[in-house]
Amino acid sequence: MYAFITLISGLLFGLGLAFSEMTNPAVVIGFLDIFGNWNPSLLIVMASAIAIGMIGYYIKRKSLKPLLTNVWQIPTARNIDAKLVIGSALFGIGWGLSGYCPGPGLTAMVNNPSEGFYFVIALIVGSSVHYFQTRITNK
Amino acid sequence: MDSVFNPLVGGLLIGVATVVYLLSIGKVIGISGIFAQLLFNRDRLYPFLFIAGLVIGGSAYGILTDQTVPFPEARSPFLLIVSGLLVGYGTRLGGGCTSGHGVCGISRLSPRSIAATIIFMLTAIITVSVLH
Repeated sequence: MYAFITLISGLLFGLGLAFSEMTNPAVVIGFLDIFGNWNPSLLIVMASAIAIGMIGYYIKRKSLKPLLTNVWQIPTARNIDAKLVIGSALFGIGWGLSGYCPGPGLTAMVNNPSEGFYFVIALIVGSSVHYFQTRITNK
Repeated sequence: MDSVFNPLVGGLLIGVATVVYLLSIGKVIGISGIFAQLLFNRDRLYPFLFIAGLVIGGSAYGILTDQTVPFPEARSPFLLIVSGLLVGYGTRLGGGCTSGHGVCGISRLSPRSIAATIIFMLTAIITVSVLH
């Protein structure tokens, strides 16, 4: 059941990205281009996703534990540190360059392989640099 | 009508996915984090299933409706590589991307996620306006 729900969640999330055209980097760049020919559609995507998400967290607060496990594993950190600020700033620059954030970038491996290939290889390298940097500094 | 209907339904699907995952498994959906688990965890089954579902869902609609999503003109591999490096490193350093901070984080009103979303939106908007 755990495996099934994991797969279904991924599937629904991917369908949502595709249906709202977030998988199309031209649409995403149109959304980010607020000083040019602005396309506000992704604001609707964010708003409706967050509205449903808020209902989920409301139900979560009333529930003792998740349906399939015994513990909630929700991030608890609240401090805004340099890592969060610098990391998010770098991510935004990368997102603006291509119009791909991680989900749409991964689906581009199928939707547009000539772009998805380069993006995903670089995504793996970028994540790996952080992973090994953290391992070295934690030793 | 499509300009409102599609983003509205797409967003609802994304919301339902995060709520189903949250209430059954007890975790937040963060694509960058789940992808990192697929790369580095010892137990890769669940991250693999999630990412497989994501890629199938994200491409099935385009294939079924005969709408692949090519960018209007061919873009340089260099741009895509620099973008992928920054997205990969930045999301790990910042602990999340559009899904984890943008959707899940704002839904639970996390100050960290709200700050992260404002920052990555701002730098993305600046990047696009400089490029165009």
